Formats: sequence, C-alpha cells, structure tokens
Amino acid sequence: MTSITSLACPVPQFDFDVITLGHGSGGLLTNKLLESGVFSVLKNPLLDTHHDGAVFTLTGPLAFSTDSYVISPVFFPGGNIGELAVNGTVNDLAMCGAIPAYLSLSFIIEEGLTMHEFRDILVAIRTAADRAGVQIVTGDTKVVEKGKGDKIFINTSGIGQMHPNAAISARRVTAGDKIIVSGPVATHGIAIMSVREGLDFETDIISDTANLNHTVTALLDEFGEAIHLLRDPTRGGVATVLNEIARDTNLGADIRQVQIPVHDEVAGACELLGLDPLYVANEGVFMAVVAADIADTLLARLQTLPHGDGAAIIGEMVADHPRQVVLTSRIGGRRVVNMLVGEQLPRIC
Amino acid sequence: MKFLTEYRDPGLVAQYLDEIRRTVTRPWTIMEVCGGQTHSLVKNGILNLLPENVRMVHGPGCPVCVTPLNLIDKAVYLAEEKGVILCSFGDMIRVPGSSRSLLEAKANGADVRILYSPLEAVRLAKENPDREVVFFAVGFETTAPANALSVLHAQRLGLTNYSILASHVLVPPAIAAVMNDDDVRIQAFLAAGHVCTIMGVGEYYALVEQYNIPIVVTGFEPVDLLHGILMTVRQLEAGKANLENQYSRVVKAEGNPEARKVIEQVFTVTDREWRGIGTIPMSGWEVRPELAAFDAGKKFDVRIAKAPECADCIAGLVLKGIKKPVECSQFGKACTPENPLGAPMVSSEGACAAYYHYAEV
Repeated sequence: MTSITSLACPVPQFDFDVITLGHGSGGLLTNKLLESGVFSVLKNPLLDTHHDGAVFTLTGPLAFSTDSYVISPVFFPGGNIGELAVNGTVNDLAMCGAIPAYLSLSFIIEEGLTMHEFRDILVAIRTAADRAGVQIVTGDTKVVEKGKGDKIFINTSGIGQMHPNAAISARRVTAGDKIIVSGPVATHGIAIMSVREGLDFETDIISDTANLNHTVTALLDEFGEAIHLLRDPTRGGVATVLNEIARDTNLGADIRQVQIPVHDEVAGACELLGLDPLYVANEGVFMAVVAADIADTLLARLQTLPHGDGAAIIGEMVADHPRQVVLTSRIGGRRVVNMLVGEQLPRIC
Repeated sequence: MKFLTEYRDPGLVAQYLDEIRRTVTRPWTIMEVCGGQTHSLVKNGILNLLPENVRMVHGPGCPVCVTPLNLIDKAVYLAEEKGVILCSFGDMIRVPGSSRSLLEAKANGADVRILYSPLEAVRLAKENPDREVVFFAVGFETTAPANALSVLHAQRLGLTNYSILASHVLVPPAIAAVMNDDDVRIQAFLAAGHVCTIMGVGEYYALVEQYNIPIVVTGFEPVDLLHGILMTVRQLEAGKANLENQYSRVVKAEGNPEARKVIEQVFTVTDREWRGIGTIPMSGWEVRPELAAFDAGKKFDVRIAKAPECADCIAGLVLKGIKKPVECSQFGKACTPENPLGAPMVSSEGACAAYYHYAEV
C-alpha cells in the first residue's frame, strides 16, 4: 500500500475515533466527517463546490457504469475496499472502450468503523483515482446501525468518453478470433481467501487490484477496431466470462490449460483449497477477444504495458460447439468448462 | 509445483496410455472407489483418452453423497432450533436435506460456518463459551483423524460446549457391499489412496481373496490414475487378483499409526446407513460411549423423523456403479447443481456433478 507520507493531500485530523450513527444524521457530525475527512482527502475543483451534484461538460459518445463493493475483509493483502471501488468501476468503463473521467462515490458505513480505518480507505481511494486519472466529483455518506452492514460498503458510478477507435461489441467477434488474458489469473480471489475466517495459511499472495484503463487505452490507440471484445473477469472468473462470451456470440471457445497463466503460489493454494483458478475472481486482469491477424503483435505490445507483462493467448473462438467453452487439459484430454454454479465451495478431502 | 506437475506430465500420460492400449485385449470394468479420483478422471479428460475396452465405473467414495438425509436434517435442526454454531466442510452445506440445506438454513439466519479444519471449530468453541459449537464430522477414513483430534483437543481444553455430529464411513465394507450386490459387474478396483494413507493396506487383502479381484491402491493425479489402471489391467489380462500399491510415495503398508491411534481413542465401529445404498453392517465410526459428551447426536435431543428420499433420484445406482449419471432421466433436466435432487449432483466429488461440470465433449 502507498504510504501516507508520500501523498500530496493533507492527512486529515479528526477529533473523534469511531464513526457513530450521528455521523450519518446530516447534521454537525456529518459535516465534520465530510469536511475534515472526505473532502480534504478527495479534494478537486468539482467536488469543492459542495453542490448536490457535479456539473461538467463531456461530448460525444459516453460510457456509464456502476458497481457496489461489499468485500470482506475490508482490508486484504495488497489493498483495501477503497482502491477496489475505484479500480473496479474504472475498469468497467475501460472494458466498454471508454476513457474514464468522473466517478461518484457513496459510502454505507456500519457504526463502529474507526476513523483510522476510514482514513486509510479514503487515502486508498484518492491514490487509486490519481493513478487512474479520474476525479471523484460527487458522493454520499450514510451510517447504519451495528450489525446492519459489514464495516463499510461502497458504491461507485463512473462516466467516461468513448475512445475514438473503440468498437467493442460481442457482435464483432468471429470464429478464429484469439482470446487473450492480460496476466496471471485467480490472484485476487486467493489473496482474499487467505485472510478469510477459518483459513490459516501462510502466503505472500497479494491482490492484483489495479486500474487497467491506461493499458487498454494504449491498445485501442494502436489496434482500434481489431479489438473486438474486452471483459474483466471479476466474480466468477475467466470461466464465467468465457461462457458469457460464447453465449453472446453464439460461438464456441477453445482454450488450452497449459497457456492459462497462474502464479505458482496461487496454483498451489487452489490445489490446497480445492478451487479451480478458472472460477476465482480477478481484479487486475482483463480479457480481450481480438482479430487473429494482429493477435501476436497485440500480445507483444501488451506485454510491455503496465499490468500486461504476464499476458498470454489462451485460445480462440470457434464455430464448433456453439455456446460451449471447451478446455484441452494439460495432458491432452478435453472437457467442457461450465458457468459457475453458486459459490465455489471447498471440498471435504 | 513440485510433486504435482511431474504427475501431470503429458509425455508420461501418453506413455501410460500407449501401454494400456497395448496391454488390453478385451473389455474390462474397473471401479474407482473415491470421488476425488472420479473428479480427476473427468476434469482432466482422461475418460475420453482411455481405450474403449477400459470402462471406468464410479464408486461410492463421495462422503457428502452418502451422508444420510436424516443426518442433514439433524444438522439443520441443530442450527435452526438449538441455536448452535454449526460448522461444516464446504461442500456439505449445499446438500439438500428433506426440507432444506444448511446453506438455506444459513440464509434464514442460522449460524452456519464453513471451515477447513475441525480444530477451527474448537477454537470457535473456546472463543464463544456461551454458545454450543457443533462440527458436522462426515467423511471417510481420511477426515477421521482430524475430527477425532478435535474431540481430544476440546477435552484437553476442558470445553463443554463442543461436540461433533459424526457420520464417518469406511471404504472396505463399501467395496464388499458393491461386490455383494447382484446387479454389479465390477472386475477390479482402484482403492482410494488417501484413505490408505491413514489406514494402510492391510484391510484389503481379505477383499482380494474373498472376491478374487485385483485391487490397486491409487493416487489422484493423471499419471497416478493411468498407472493404477495399467497395473489393474495387467493383472486382469494375466488372470491375477492381487493387492498392489501404485501410490507408494504416499501410502505405507501400515498407514499412519499415530492417526490410527487417535481414531481408536475417539471412534468405535458401528453399522452405518449410506444415503442411496442402505445400511451396511460395521461400515462406519461413531463417537465412543465414554466420550458421549462430545457426541452431538447424544448431547442434543435430535430425534427427527426419517423423510423419504426423492423418488426420481437414482443416486444409489450411480453410487454403486450400476448406472452412469447421464443415464438418469433427471440428469441436467430437473436435477442440476443449482437445484439438485440428490447429493451426487452437489458435491465436488459427486459423480453427477463431475459429469455436469465437465461433461464429456
């Protein structure tokens, strides 16, 4: 995590230690929380107007996206819910082919959250927003009773202008297109699992949460319409996204197990826990379906970009077995990869 | 990953497949006992790579699948009516009881927790002295030592709020039950490697002799499974019936004496009902009478009437290897992992779930 001293924004000082219901009342305490906490950390000209909403000008086609973040635990190896909330929505916009510009930010805080924790989350939000080049321009803070939340829930919505070269659509995917993942899969999900209650394994695995917008923009600058589809395989993992792509395109997807990048420690943890890395959540990885003729060039370029060094071509779209994802296993056997049903549950033995 | 990748080596796999093809001259039916092996066979696409003359039939070794309906109802009852913290391994909580699963009980507000180790449940009991903590102790011989250890650990800590709802099942009586069934035509067994890691191989000699069948103790990785299958077909082709150990890097003849000692301290052999199969004599473990204070079945008044099984589910036939999951009229139609009619569709080790998730192409 970025150390607080490295930040340009002033570290907020609070005269209270814990957030209580009063901080959500709309009165004096709310104002104190906002003034000395939220606004001072997130400071920017649009937010500083303190209006009911933000007023700005954007032209041309826009993308708009929203997501809620309820991750438990709130602090995890490699990050916290704050940067996740920024990166998640930034990445959703990037997957549309947009250049993220403005975000809204809403907190639902369970009373009892310490100001220390809240400050760390705010700082992570600011850092992530700066890194992604977006501004938080409007927001909301509510406080709910103890037991009615899980420390803190965050919603962010984001808006961005479409990249002029972007033509992202399932309709543009054809048989022969190559499927690319931008980096090793399953890292985020396993980092979270490692600190959940009931699990106690020592690991250095940290979440890969990251903003992918600059990387995607660079690819769109260069390859434009040859990029047919972009998706970020968050919940449900790569397998779920592949199934959605197969369903939406009415094509099949053929993938090869040996080509799917997974960090050794992550693969080991998956073995121990009885999880399939294809179904484990990612936060700093995207998938691209691209025209076959530029796939190798695009891959080589992606490997030079931030968060892309571990990228790989994992398979291709095919006319055979429409709407089905088929994996060729390491040993050469073939099997179907289905949509995840419910939650992946650890097996007994 | 050391000790894993070498057992997934495509070159070795190809060599074993070649050797199996060269060895087999006529059709053989082999049962892999353990659900973990079924899962590996299907997940790695091995079933499609084997020659047609080698027919793998999936056995009853899925602990979640054979846990009686009534016991799930009891667990749900303890969680909902007795207000206990009900702890369980993950894949048990989605198995349907007669009215609902533990997962649904959890959604209704019951305190159901997924744990990876029963010792975690003991820790919960220590941290929550005013709550009763029950661990749902199911599984074959493999999980028994940890479950037994949790009881001994709780006893040592002087905890009076910890107990286990035990339904342990044993592999050798299940093999005998399969062989005693007139409808079953199994010619050899791959025995479950991890069960033998605990118990050793001694119990299997009697089965080999009594039923005149080859039994090969086998591991779980592709190379292990194909090696085990090769050892089995070599015996079959030669008309032999011996006990062999493919998984000798993990399984010692005597098993794990320490683990067996712990099991003996806590459990005693009993008749056990197997879901879908019926009661098999001396096929399970229950908590010894002198440790009744740690036996949730005795500690709490959980007399629950026995509910009938779903009439459309052929789990029993699947577990005995008489039918393949895809031969069930409900497979993938009325019965799916989201809405399972029987336990084999739920557990990651259940044959139906394995076929559903990784269906043959």
